[in-house]
Amino acid sequence: MDFVNAIILLLNYIFVPALAYGSQLALGAIFVTLIYGILRFANFATGDMMSFGTMFTILFTWYFQSVGIGLGFLPTALLAIPFAIIFMIGYMLLIDKFVFKYYRVSKSPPVQLAMVSIGVMFVTQAVVRIIIGPSDRRFFDGEKFLIKAGEFKEMTGLNEGLAIKSTQVITIFVTLILVSTLFWFLNKTKTGKSMKAYSDNEDLALLSGIDPKKIVMITWIIAGILATIGGALYGLDKSFKPFTYFNNMLPIFAAAIVGGIGNPFGAFLGGYVIAFSEILLTYAYRKFFMYILPESMEPGGLVQLLSTDYKFAVSFSILVIVLLYRPSGIFKGKVL
Amino acid sequence: MRKNLNVIAAYSIMMGLIVLVGIFQSWNIALSIFNLCLISAVMTMGANIQWGYAGLINFGIMGYTALGGLAAVLISVNPVQEAWSAGGSNILFSLFLIVGMVLAVRYVLKKYEKTQKRTYIISTIIILGIIIIRFVSEPGIEAIEEVDPAKTGFLGGLGLPIIFSWIVGALFAGGLAFVIGKVALGLRADYLAIATLLISEIVIAIIKHEDWLTRGVKNVIGLKRPAPYEVNLQQTEWFINLVEKFNLSKLNLISDFAERQAALNQFVIEGSSVFVKLCYSGLFLIVVIILLILTQKALYSPWGRMMRAIRDNEEAANAMGKNVVKQHLLIFVLGSAIVGIAGAMLVTQDGLFTPGSYRPMRYTFLIWVMVIVGGSGNNFGAILGGFVVWFLWIESAPIGLYLVNLTTAGLDDAHFLKVHLIESVPYFRFLMMGAGLLLIMRYRPKGILPEKIEIK
Repeated sequence: MDFVNAIILLLNYIFVPALAYGSQLALGAIFVTLIYGILRFANFATGDMMSFGTMFTILFTWYFQSVGIGLGFLPTALLAIPFAIIFMIGYMLLIDKFVFKYYRVSKSPPVQLAMVSIGVMFVTQAVVRIIIGPSDRRFFDGEKFLIKAGEFKEMTGLNEGLAIKSTQVITIFVTLILVSTLFWFLNKTKTGKSMKAYSDNEDLALLSGIDPKKIVMITWIIAGILATIGGALYGLDKSFKPFTYFNNMLPIFAAAIVGGIGNPFGAFLGGYVIAFSEILLTYAYRKFFMYILPESMEPGGLVQLLSTDYKFAVSFSILVIVLLYRPSGIFKGKVL
Repeated sequence: MRKNLNVIAAYSIMMGLIVLVGIFQSWNIALSIFNLCLISAVMTMGANIQWGYAGLINFGIMGYTALGGLAAVLISVNPVQEAWSAGGSNILFSLFLIVGMVLAVRYVLKKYEKTQKRTYIISTIIILGIIIIRFVSEPGIEAIEEVDPAKTGFLGGLGLPIIFSWIVGALFAGGLAFVIGKVALGLRADYLAIATLLISEIVIAIIKHEDWLTRGVKNVIGLKRPAPYEVNLQQTEWFINLVEKFNLSKLNLISDFAERQAALNQFVIEGSSVFVKLCYSGLFLIVVIILLILTQKALYSPWGRMMRAIRDNEEAANAMGKNVVKQHLLIFVLGSAIVGIAGAMLVTQDGLFTPGSYRPMRYTFLIWVMVIVGGSGNNFGAILGGFVVWFLWIESAPIGLYLVNLTTAGLDDAHFLKVHLIESVPYFRFLMMGAGLLLIMRYRPKGILPEKIEIK
């Protein structure tokens, strides 16, 4: 029985939260990797673009709530996301037309594009803060828990409860559906294949008659979808605050690079690598060992490898180690 | 003279703007803007050396700034004797162990060929080392943090005048840059940007959470000052006389003695804080001028020419026998050290160290906007960039308010749009910075004062 308790404990505090957080990171990381692979620059506006999409989701959620449209036990935000995506794609294409296109056409070095993306970051951040303000906002409604800790204990008669938030399940489900559709699109359709070809070798792709304008446009559209959904899921699960979104850019970058930048599948797994290592290394295992070990061997301290303050630092250290030993990432992306 | 006309014109406009703030708002505000402009200028010079001279992209400015600030604390705060006796020996022993660990790793790296076995040995050494160090330092850290946590709870510093920290801050930042440079300089430009950004976040995390060293988010306040205190100044004879002399014409208009005295007091209070700020301005100006002379000399020296050659064509420079890796590391360390000085100056001026306030937006990206806007590769441009951008950063709120009032003049005062816009005036600064950066990068990619190399 103790062993089952220990497993439930790990599931409750490590596995489920890490899976949800990892999914959110993974969507962001695929976004970064697509932009990097096809448009060839590191997009420093990632976090703020995600918050921009989330902002529209919130605005639409408020509108739907005010006119009384809802999804019952599901959060209204799910209904709002498609509308937000339309606005987000519009914004992305607008930015591309007025900002990035010029540098792409004049074949500027990637560093210059990265600098430009910092300008976009400032502007996006300002727009988000002017429209919705910098404060913390929760826009979740509907049923909060799928399984409550107390109910679970009663049901199974165990000491440890397993609480599963509905947002966690929604996050994982939506991510899986979205990512599998995306991989199907990239690997099976003609447009997806031409995107991959363009990412591999631009000149060859142009020679074989691939239209670069179309590729770029589709990239921004996919990026808009990923950014909005990723941001909205994070906001649903935790809360929406522009500053947090800006900070999330850092683990997202780490995930993309760890997975091998330019490689969407690597980025997807990279998100989970980062999320799991952050939570595994900063969790206090004291209770776990109390269940597993005989009483005489019970640990005295918290059995915590690193204090939770260093959560972010963990992902960054992983990134540094990966950059040092395997600069192309775990799953071989572009070589640096 | 003629060819420097644009430099002179740009600087006079900038100075004119600051004087205007002095006249229309107050001299206090004008001087605090001016002081922070000077500090920003120092940071920008550091970043400019790396980016403009050598083309190295460093997004870790925040980390070096914070290390400079840490130096100010470690130099100027008086040592906390109880804390040292409580846990000092443990900390020193852990420090010794860290040095031992690094030496061991170095030894293994030198001694053995690169094999999988070597990697395993190194990782074992590091993991074991970390476990042992945690074991040794834990009781010491706990003991230190328990010493009067409301007031101290950390080891304190050396109790020296804070001015020394400007040099020590440079050493700290340079040391960190050396380590980062050894690790990360081989990466391609945009990866280097991301890596330095993340490493600087690690540095901040450490400064924030290692309370025994920095007091963490409890902040260190009341640092020593190189300038006199306002309260003391207000009691000093010569200062009161000086203020009286300055404001004689205004004071003479008041005939009543008691009223005149009250007015004089008011002038003394205002004057004292202006005077203190002027002291800082003087100190900062000295630093900026010294750095400017040195960087200009470096730019036109054979070394500067070599750096530009490396920047413009690494392979060719390498083929000419220049050691690119070594020079990159050197310039990375030099630039970061300058940023470290700025970090120490900043804490010196504020008189307090708040690890929570170091955010990448303010200390990394804003500085980069300064470099790009001012003109990379040109020291005068970098300083100007620091001035222009910081001035706009501060003054964009009043300007934004003015614009909002202008555009919504037709609306009712309680109209929700107007209220909302006025509330969000502080964020117009981001909009301004972003738009400014995008416009400059598009239409004047070399900055306000572009790089100009004269061949002598």
